[in-house]
Amino acid sequence: MNAVAAPLHGPPSWQKLHPLTPVVGGGRLLLVFAVVAAEQATIRQGGSGDLALVIAAGALALIGVVLGAVRYLVTRWALDGSTLHIETGLFRRDARKLPLARIQAVDVLKPFLARAFGLAELRVRLAGSARSGGRLAYLAEPVAWDLRARLLAGHHGLDQSTPQPAERPIAAVPTGQLVASSVLTGATALVLTCLALVIVLFAAASSSSPAASSTVGAGTFLLALIGFARATWRRVAAQYGFTVGLAPDGIRLQHGLLSTVSETVPVARVQAVRKVEPLVWRMLGWCSLEVDVAGSPGEEQGTRSSRVTKALLPVGRSEMADRLFSDLLGLRQFPLQPPPRRAAWKSPLLYHFLSAGSDGRVVASASGRLRKVTTWVPLEKVQSVRWVQGPLQRAFHLATVHVDAAGRRARAEIRDRAVGEADFLFQQLVLDSRGARRAASWLERRGASPSTTLATGQPAPPSPLRGA
Amino acid sequence: MRGLEVVLGTLAVMALALAEGASNRSAALAGGGTGSAAALGALLLYGVYRRYRAWRYQERDEDLVVSRGVMFRRQSVVPYGRMQFVDVTAGPVERAFKLATVKLHTAAAASDARIPGLERDEAARLRDRLAELGEARAAGL
Repeated sequence: MNAVAAPLHGPPSWQKLHPLTPVVGGGRLLLVFAVVAAEQATIRQGGSGDLALVIAAGALALIGVVLGAVRYLVTRWALDGSTLHIETGLFRRDARKLPLARIQAVDVLKPFLARAFGLAELRVRLAGSARSGGRLAYLAEPVAWDLRARLLAGHHGLDQSTPQPAERPIAAVPTGQLVASSVLTGATALVLTCLALVIVLFAAASSSSPAASSTVGAGTFLLALIGFARATWRRVAAQYGFTVGLAPDGIRLQHGLLSTVSETVPVARVQAVRKVEPLVWRMLGWCSLEVDVAGSPGEEQGTRSSRVTKALLPVGRSEMADRLFSDLLGLRQFPLQPPPRRAAWKSPLLYHFLSAGSDGRVVASASGRLRKVTTWVPLEKVQSVRWVQGPLQRAFHLATVHVDAAGRRARAEIRDRAVGEADFLFQQLVLDSRGARRAASWLERRGASPSTTLATGQPAPPSPLRGA
Repeated sequence: MRGLEVVLGTLAVMALALAEGASNRSAALAGGGTGSAAALGALLLYGVYRRYRAWRYQERDEDLVVSRGVMFRRQSVVPYGRMQFVDVTAGPVERAFKLATVKLHTAAAASDARIPGLERDEAARLRDRLAELGEARAAGL
């Protein structure tokens, strides 16, 4: 790319990041410095401080701030017509143009420190590799919200000054349920079982040397407990106050306790939907709902919301998931068919949990004994269809049909069907997906936004209300 | 069905199997059983032949169909509109036999449309045609 010292293409009005960027960027190191300095200062009064340590920490913090300052100085962005331009890099200039029409999702992230300064980070996802997205860190919060509204308006082919449309809240996750769901997982059961085992073993062995083994046992227990608490805390803090809303420009997700994340996924960008029901949750009638989105955010930095899969509902009652499913995605649930009886010989453990079906718009499949996963793939999103038969399946006259959507693991797997049925499904799915694809591209060419027609039936009137 | 159905040569695999058969034989010779080694070699050759015969592809109006496998039979349908890019690769063995592999990539990681052992000209023709069809029928994600 001839991005080196790229001249202005047209006259986009370039803008800078927020001047406090270096402080937030180097914030963690600054914090470390402050802690070390304070600690040493207190020790010093005792007369045995280590000046070198303070200097080292200070140098580190300085480097962090300088790097942040350089990033601030060399980065600029502009939004013109249908493209978001981002230029950055000191030695290796990187100029990228993000066409609004190709946006897969827009996220506004507020890490804890940025939040304290009223800043936010904006991430734009495009399809493709991790490097193809865009990331602006940090902007003043109102600027970030405004930019998000403009990007999404541009994405839907509206005038960019269209104010951010109001969202209709659909669901929220109560904190109690979130905590309970984080505790009641298969991993917990496993940890508890292991712990019980360890304790029993040590109790058995303790007859020889009681003191030592009980200490070891307690240590193991404590370690496991800390790890478990950390994992639980991380999940609760990330998903705290989870709300789902529907706006004409897409599905809005908001969550987070210390660091908050607001995600917007245009409905037409959903590649697949998954309903996950772990064993323990199933007993309570709970489940979680995930959507797959093609593409990933800009440079992979941190794991916050950088996964391609987005939780549409981290935990909720099955009815709520079903309602979300129909409200947000405009899809109807339909009964799934089990495979033929003889499939029980081929997959004895899974047989009762296998089912699949298609209603001509969506193909769905379910599987999983401990962790039941039901996947829906809209036929217009199908990337390829595959028919697979292994030797064992051949012996029982069975075959599996895979329907792949964009992404690493977004696919419906119609397992162990009778060969005749599989052949028919295979042909039918190829034809149906072809039809669905044509209809979708026709809609797109007409300029209609499939997301609004799909989800609400009519584009909602623009409203000056701003969704936080 | 309109497209031409071409049976491909995975000569590279055959050569490899031959070499394997030869090494098997020498190992078996040390043990003293030439006949069993020869049988094994023949069996291997037959397996490779079956595999080679099973690998076929068909260019249809809207999509490319690739089927392969003897033990595990697979058939993939990839619509041209879903194609992200086409790869043509040729390893050293393939180059020695003037062959190439054409691979179709879609946005789905699981899509599996690979056609190995194509004559070089055919590979180039297929690549150009796929690219052209992909362009004409391109659909957004």
